[in-house]
Order: sequence, then structure tokens, then C-alpha cells
Amino acid sequence: MRTKRFVDIAVESILKNKMRSLLTMLGIIIGVGAVMMMVAVGQGAKSQIRASIDNLGTNLIVVTPGSSSQGGVSRGAGSFNRLTVQDAEAIKRESLLLSGVSPVIMAPTQAIGGQGNWRTVVLGVSTDYPMIRDWTVSSGRLFDSEDQSSMRKVAVIGATVAKNLFPDQDPVGQDLRLRDVPFQIIGVLQAKGQTANGNDQDDVVLAPFTTVQTRLAGHQFIGQILASTALSSDIPAAEDEVRSIMREQHKLAPYDGDDFTVRNQTDIMDAEASTTDVMTLLLAAIAGISLLVGGIGIMNIMLVSVTERTREIGIRMAIGARGSDVLSQFLVESIVLSVIGGALGVGLGFAGAKTIAGLTGWSTAIAPAMVALAIGFSAAVGIFFGFYPARKAAQLNPIEALRYE
Amino acid sequence: MDTRDLVIQASGLKKIYGTGGSEVHALRGVDLRVARGEMVAIMGASGSGKSTLMNILGCLDQPTEGVYMLDGVRVDGLDRDELADIRNREIGFVFQGFNLLARTTALDNVELPLLYDRSGRKLDTKAMARATLERVGLGDRMDHQPSELSGGQQQRVAIARALITNPAIILADEPTGNLDTHTSVEVLALFQELNRQGATILLVTHEPSIAAYAPRVVEMRDGLVVRDHATQELHDATSDLQDLEPLEVAS
Repeated sequence: MRTKRFVDIAVESILKNKMRSLLTMLGIIIGVGAVMMMVAVGQGAKSQIRASIDNLGTNLIVVTPGSSSQGGVSRGAGSFNRLTVQDAEAIKRESLLLSGVSPVIMAPTQAIGGQGNWRTVVLGVSTDYPMIRDWTVSSGRLFDSEDQSSMRKVAVIGATVAKNLFPDQDPVGQDLRLRDVPFQIIGVLQAKGQTANGNDQDDVVLAPFTTVQTRLAGHQFIGQILASTALSSDIPAAEDEVRSIMREQHKLAPYDGDDFTVRNQTDIMDAEASTTDVMTLLLAAIAGISLLVGGIGIMNIMLVSVTERTREIGIRMAIGARGSDVLSQFLVESIVLSVIGGALGVGLGFAGAKTIAGLTGWSTAIAPAMVALAIGFSAAVGIFFGFYPARKAAQLNPIEALRYE
Repeated sequence: MDTRDLVIQASGLKKIYGTGGSEVHALRGVDLRVARGEMVAIMGASGSGKSTLMNILGCLDQPTEGVYMLDGVRVDGLDRDELADIRNREIGFVFQGFNLLARTTALDNVELPLLYDRSGRKLDTKAMARATLERVGLGDRMDHQPSELSGGQQQRVAIARALITNPAIILADEPTGNLDTHTSVEVLALFQELNRQGATILLVTHEPSIAAYAPRVVEMRDGLVVRDHATQELHDATSDLQDLEPLEVAS
């Protein structure tokens, strides 16, 4: 009842001075609006990155050669800084938690077939690879363990390769020459689109790693090992498992550091997201400053309002308002001002984000939590900057306030 | 006089402003007793200390020295919040300048003291405000704002605001100071009527012609009560109104 009454008084007093109230709120409106807009764009970018990383596969674990802590220091003879097919096989053999393991041998190649030739990358992988990457064929079939063990010259081509080499025909069954070695195309991969970095994931040719190793790459080392777990909750344990298998495989002494790096999808996501985080931090700083300025505006007007209404305060005190009643009245007024400002700012942010999305084609997203946060923050600004004027009002001497002209 | 029926019981009230060499003794030992149902005029020139006394009796200020019992409760020495509650419950103020909230209807102005009521009673504040406005003859002006009311009507709203909490005492500080003669007498007639209905009224004024409407007059000079006497020729405002020329209403 009391609070409702104070809110009524506050709204009344705000409505009595519409223009002034609007100007007072302007700082908050613009501040909140700008932040909402920026965050909406940032969030949109973030969710795009997330989507493209999810696209990599599910519950992914990546092993790459070299230790991140190694820096430029040579580890000397005896420590070999390479991944081998044997490492991948050992992980596959010994791991209990992984659902799939595949070496990835990368061989950039000029592919010849169909309409002409195309520069692409041949990935020598195991039969687990499509499952790890959550990838399947749109036509034809994937290679199987028979193909792999017999080192058959079969290839599954990405959608981009298919489009460029075989624009008007079904590539399945056609020949493909990779470094003068004839391969038979047995399938076409479903299109996956670009990664967050803009790499075309469909510009690829998959072949059994056994074949690629002997026919194309000509060396024993592999770029990375991909693995995945069935459950996302197994990821940390699986990473530890992979690490210990790898240490054993590389015969590392207890005091040696890892000569390989194990990362999971979250790590990759974090790395990608760190740029966005810096951006977010910057936005938070701008938000802080603009809300500070907005808050000072509110404090200024509230101080004027207290002076203007000194007589009213005197009357209220004479008829029995306590200091705390007067304090609440002015505090509520400043909170109502800033919350209305915040709400209008959210509206402005929405409109701005929509406009940006419309103009640039970026995806934007405003989370409900963000709206709540913006309004909550506005209220906090109202309390913080309204308190001093309200306290000043509450401490007025009723006799002097009544005499004030 | 039966002490239990004393609304105001003040003894040895002193008020000193400033310190050291620049001390101002606004009150220099005032004793005052007002019984329930009395109507007392406090008279004095400006500087006589009547405003200071009024502030202390109205619990807006504290005496430097002395004892003040309001309706049997000792109120000197209370803190700000306790004084605010006493003002809300026990005192109804009527000021020279009306002191109504601007851009607020008569009804809302009258209702205001009840909104600061801390007794926890369930009150139908709107109904009470309506009834009180009718009591002062403004039943048809409830939704008017002060700017839409004449001076006399504004003062009636202020009187209704003072009455609504059914206070122990109504303190009227120069209530006719801003009004013409006719309206002044009208307001005084209202005070006399309320007094007949049992209200205790303290009328602070510097005009003997206004004091003449109160049965008892307390005269102050230089911070002291110099005379406390019954009015010899008590005026009745209602009959005086009939003698006065009817007021020309400005259109």
C-alpha cells in the first residue's frame, strides 16, 4: 500500500514534468540502448561462432603435435615432436572412453577429374572420421574397414569439389586423379558450410589414411588425431586417458612435459570466443560510463527537484511524514525515472539491433536475461544516484522547509 | 482544572537560538495550560516568540528547556520520527499560506495525513476525506485543485486536512492572514463551529480583531506570556457574517 502510494506519487511527479523527465532519462536511454544494440550484435556473432564450432562434430577431442608450453626452446634429440599413425592406433586400441579415433593426414593436392582440375586437400582418415565429425554422404557410400585395410584407392569428395569438378553429373563411380594416382569416387559428402574462420569445410576429399599414407603423403607423420566420446560428461576423463596413452606411446619420463597437445571442443570454442569476450568487456566499460553519466543526470535533476519541492516536503513533514517517508518518496521517484529510462533504452536497443540486422545481414540476438540485467542495472543506478538527493530531502528541517519560498 | 483533561501542559519552556555571545532567547520561560475543548488565541507582535511557541507546541521544534506534555504524553526530548508520528496523530496544522499540495485535488490533499498513519489501522481514507470535506462545506469541490479554489475554499481544505486525523489540537497559525475580511469571518465561523463540536483550537494571530473570536486570549511579549485572560466581548462569527456586506464575487 505504502510502496504503491510512493510509486503513484513518483509517476505523477514525472508526468507533471514530461519534458524534463524525458531529458533526465535520456542519458540512461541512450546508454542502455547502445549497450543492448552492441550486445545483441555481439551475441549474434557469438552464436554464429558456436554453431560453426558445433558443426565440427560432437564431443570432439583433438590431439596435435607439440606442447603449447614448449615455446621456442629446442627439446633436443630423443624427444620426438610428431604424431604417428601408431599413436592413433594405440589410442584406438587402449582407450575405454572414446567412441571413435581417427588420424588426419593432410595432403594438399591438385585433383583432376570430370570437367577439369581443382586445388583441394585430401584428408587421410579412418572409418571413424565421419562419425566423429558428425558427417554423412548425400549420395554413394562412405569407405569401410575393408577399403581401409586393403588400401583401396577410393575417395569420398566434399560438396564443393563435386560442384566444381562434376557440375552436371553424379560424381559417384567416376574417376578422380590425385597426384597421378587414379581413385574411384564412391560417395559425395553432405554440405557442411564454412567454419568460423571462413574456411570451406566442403572443399575436401576423404580417403582411407592407409591409402593416403602410402600413395600420396609419403611420410609417417600425421597432422592431428581426432577422437570423440559418446557422452560429453566423459570428455575430461577421456582427455586424461588420451594424455596418458600418448605419454606412454612417446616414452616420456615423468619429468618430461607433454610433446603433444590435447584439446577439446570447449577449449577451441573458448579460444574463438575470447575475441568476443574482449569486445564484451569493452562494451561493459562503455555501458558503465554511459550509465554513470545518465546517473549523474538523474542526481542533478533530483537535487533540483528537492529544492523546488522544499515547501511540499515541509508540508508532508508537518502532517506527519517521517524522514524515511520522504526518503522513500524521492528514492522511488529516482528509481522509477531510471527504470523507465532503462525500459525505453531496451526498446531503442531492440529497434537498433533489428535495423543493424536488416542492413548488414548479421544475426542479432537479445537474451531475456540481458533485458532483465539492463533494467536491474538501471534501477541500481536510480538507487545509487537518487540516494543523496533523497537523503537531503529527508534531512530538511520542517520549519525551514515550510518557510521556503 | 482537572489535569487529565489538559491537552497542553507546558511549563518553563525556553528556546535559545545560537550560542555564546550571539544567543537569542526566543522563549524565556513560558507556562501554558489548555484544556480539552478550549479555543485559545495566542497574540503577540512579530518577535514576541509566538511563532517559536507555536513550533514547539506543534512538535515541529524542541524546547531548549522546559517540560511539554501533549495530551498527557511528554513530548520534549522525543526524536524526529517520534515527533513526526505525534504530529500525524495529535496535531492538525492550519497555515497562513494554506500550504496545500499544488496540482493535487482537494480530496487527495485532505487524505494525505492518513497516508502517513503508522497505527496499522485499516482506514477507508477516501471515504474519510470525503466526509471531512463535507464537514467543512466543500462537498462539491472535492476534485478541484488548489489553483481552482478561492482563498477561503483553500483554507477550508487545509482545515479539513487538519481535522481528518481527529487530532488532540488544531494549531492555526494566522489562518486569516491571506484572506479578506468577509472570508476571514467565514473561516472563523468554521473554527467556532468546530470548537462547539468539541475541537481544541489554538489560534495564533497578531490581530486583536481576530483574537476577539476566541474566548481566551494569551498575550505574549519578548518571549514571555504577559497576559492570559478571558475575552470580554466575545464575537460570534456567524452573527457577524450577517452584518457584513455580502461579498462581491469576482467572476
